Amino acid sequence: MLKEAKRLSALLLGPAVLISMSGQSLAEEVERWGVNMTQGVTPMSRDIYDLHMLIFWICVVIGVLVFGVMFYSMIVHRKSRGAIPANFHESTKLEILWTAVPFVILMAMAWPATTTLIDIYDTDEAEVDILVTGYQWKWKYEYVNQEVSFFSNLSTPKEQIYNQAPKGVNYLLEVDEPVVIPVKKKVRFLITANDVIHAWWVPDLAVKKDAIPGYVNETWAYVEEPGTYRGQCAELCGKDHAFMPIVVEALPEEEYQQWLAGKREEAAILRELTNQTFSFDELYARGEDVHNRVCAACHQVNGEGVPPTFPAIAGSAIATGAMNDHLSIIIDGSATNPAMRAFGDELSEVDIAAVVTYQRNAFNNNMGDSVQPIDILKYKQGQ
Amino acid sequence: MAHGPATGLSRWLFTTNHKDIGTLYLWFSFAMFMLGGVFALVVRAELFEPGLQIVDPEFFNQMTTMHGLIMVFGAVMPAFVGLANWMVPMMIGAPDMALPRMNNWSFWILPFAFAMLVSTLFMEGGGPNFGWTFYAPLSTTYAPPSVTFFIFAIHIMGASSIMGAINIIATILNMRAPGMTLMKMPLFVWTWLITAYLLIAVMPVLAGVVTMMLMDIHFGTSFFDAAGGGDPVLFQHIFWFFGHPEVYIMILPAFGIVSAIIPTFARKPLFGYASMVYATASIAFLSFIVWAHHMFTVGMPLAGELFFMYATMLIAVPTGVKVFNWVTTMFKGAMTFETPMLFSIAFVILFTIGGFSGLMLAIAPADFQYHDTYFVVAHFHYVLVPGAIFSITAAVYYWLPKWCGNMYNETMGKTHFWMAFVGLNLTFFPMHFVGLAGMPRRIPDYALQFADFNMIASCGAFLFGAAQVMFLFNVIATIRGGKKATAEVWENPEGLEWTVASPAPYHTFSVPPTVK
Ligand code: HEC
Ligand SMILES: [Cu+2]
Repeated sequence: MLKEAKRLSALLLGPAVLISMSGQSLAEEVERWGVNMTQGVTPMSRDIYDLHMLIFWICVVIGVLVFGVMFYSMIVHRKSRGAIPANFHESTKLEILWTAVPFVILMAMAWPATTTLIDIYDTDEAEVDILVTGYQWKWKYEYVNQEVSFFSNLSTPKEQIYNQAPKGVNYLLEVDEPVVIPVKKKVRFLITANDVIHAWWVPDLAVKKDAIPGYVNETWAYVEEPGTYRGQCAELCGKDHAFMPIVVEALPEEEYQQWLAGKREEAAILRELTNQTFSFDELYARGEDVHNRVCAACHQVNGEGVPPTFPAIAGSAIATGAMNDHLSIIIDGSATNPAMRAFGDELSEVDIAAVVTYQRNAFNNNMGDSVQPIDILKYKQGQ
Repeated sequence: MAHGPATGLSRWLFTTNHKDIGTLYLWFSFAMFMLGGVFALVVRAELFEPGLQIVDPEFFNQMTTMHGLIMVFGAVMPAFVGLANWMVPMMIGAPDMALPRMNNWSFWILPFAFAMLVSTLFMEGGGPNFGWTFYAPLSTTYAPPSVTFFIFAIHIMGASSIMGAINIIATILNMRAPGMTLMKMPLFVWTWLITAYLLIAVMPVLAGVVTMMLMDIHFGTSFFDAAGGGDPVLFQHIFWFFGHPEVYIMILPAFGIVSAIIPTFARKPLFGYASMVYATASIAFLSFIVWAHHMFTVGMPLAGELFFMYATMLIAVPTGVKVFNWVTTMFKGAMTFETPMLFSIAFVILFTIGGFSGLMLAIAPADFQYHDTYFVVAHFHYVLVPGAIFSITAAVYYWLPKWCGNMYNETMGKTHFWMAFVGLNLTFFPMHFVGLAGMPRRIPDYALQFADFNMIASCGAFLFGAAQVMFLFNVIATIRGGKKATAEVWENPEGLEWTVASPAPYHTFSVPPTVK
């Protein structure tokens, strides 16, 4: 509490400090506090920033005029100063004037807004296509025609969120696997969703587009400088809406190609694994990891779930019942409740085998059985 | 002479008197304002610092949703209907509302609707957690089971609003005193007349959209379910076709109120009466063709995007006319600054700031950066809190002496004003900054760079809350006693309501006055 009190008093003194500062350090302070829109790193984001500042200054000028007259009247035309009220209450000329002038200002505003918008809508001739799919509560990136696809999850540890560990600099804005794009290329994002509506937003790219089930929205970015750019889901999408960030890593073309190759190799290794046999302990350990990473958002780390919305795995009839039912709900999803979606495509065979083994034996379920990746493959092929 | 009120509870349960029903509406609204305020404070308490401390995200979402629903449907709308009940008959020289029994009914279904809505918080799976805009499919396929009660509650609220609106239109069109031509009506009556038409036009649309949700949830249709061939974006179009006029429903009567108060305390007639009427009508018309500016990021075709951008920018014109008229009314007046005037001046200034951010939001390309951030939260709280809430507060201070015959405590009123004014700006101004800097709305936890401004906002919110307790205290004290008010209450105010005694007798204008 003392720490907060200190910060609070610093906040309250802040404005006084600001006023007494020189222009230079004032600008730095403003920067530190983050009071304005970012200029971003694309030509488009700069256009939008300019548009934003233009309309902002127009508002400021109008505001100064209107509030100026108002405060002048409040100071001069007050009864306590002996003001005698005038009686005028109509002037067609004035009304026409203050209808027409704002109209002209608006026309002047509409022009740059229109050209920028036309630019933004030009998604043709992209050099890289990435399909972005929103899930409760993670993003999936598929590189069209590149055979690379992966999920991107929040990587901030729970301990930081629940205040049991100090928060890192990129608290809530970090993921296990960023989406990688090449610089100086027109990258097109095809945006959709698998369950509810999400919105893919990266301020530095000035890209915000709703991810809507049944729709594929298009937008694009041309990033000039290599760097890491962070954003968040911008459309309320349920419980963990605050916890599905976006991290874009822009790399020079060569490094980008290397990264793509690396990703393909990883996928090949994973396919290899499907044919191997694993010991119970290996599966269990890997399964614990998968469960905590993928399933715990709903079923919780301790397997207790959040009934009735998300059922417990501990003692669950399915996790302690027939193996095929357990496989079915994970691979095909629930027939009745879309919140339990199909993980068959999302997880590799190894991961599914692992998480099933884990769920059947953890949380006092103690079924004693396990399943191999090859069985998962057979189950999928048997369909 | 006419008989007085019945005694005891039955007076309130069975009353058909417009003043009693106005009082009921106003108290109900205040209760909801407090409840919605508590929900907001839960939200602000959680957002005081980064990290999850007080509530879990599931409950946080219920709090933001309930806060919005309760404030819009429970606090602001009933308050304006309450003011209309009290003032419209007195302003046009009518003995009562045109449909007094329906009036009783349209009030008394409200407590049931809200009791049902609030009870969902205690149901399995919790209450509505999909935001006050309840976008499908989050509010249908993925909603908690209590959503059915939410839908039913919305239906009842809609019925109440429609009945209230019919009553107001019938009263204004049929019951004006001889000589009270349309263009002589006080602006509050005019703005309410137009608002009532908006209500009748859009509340059925709201009822329609929740009915479609109900069908999707229980009867196997797929209006909004892409998997069944439906369209989630359709939901947003229908919702905002209701939702955009709805925001004007919450602000037009406010325009009427400040147009009554500013001339009184500037001691100068309202500037540009006729243009005010026309501006109100234009705003109402435009409100029907701008809805998709709430949806610039859904991926509309370019032409649609441009149309809604231009139409939205146009709203600045009639709104500007209003602001210029108010300022010119003040110009060369002889002003004093009693509490209602303070609230009205703050209304003009802060509402204008909200209008500026609205104009910024209208610029579609820039909206791609603003949309669904705290910048939007700042914008609509600037138009709703100093807009709707301040005008309602100003109206209560302005007419309270007429209602109960006693003057309120001016010092306490001014203290209330300054606390509310400072609290409001501390709460909502920093939201512009965090929004521009990239903080999405409706999140229970946020990145570290937003921490300082959020802490300030939370402190401001509690200050604002405390100010409202003081308001309650002042109103109760005024009802129970205080300096007797004259019939005129203020210096030469305009309007028929000031020609009757204070407190206004239970029945006024049983014999219609003649308006010259
Ligand atoms: C978005 C939330 C969510 C996530 C993430 C999720 N589940 Fe589920 N899960 C559910 C819901 C909801 C149900 C209930 C489905 C029903 O009622 O048919 C469920 C049911 C189950 C059941 C059956 C429980 C029972 O007894 O009814 C199993 C087993 C299960 N999930 C396994 C998993 C696994 C394994 C993962 C991770 C790979 C996972 N779930 C991830 C929401 C989720
Ligand atoms: Cu999301």
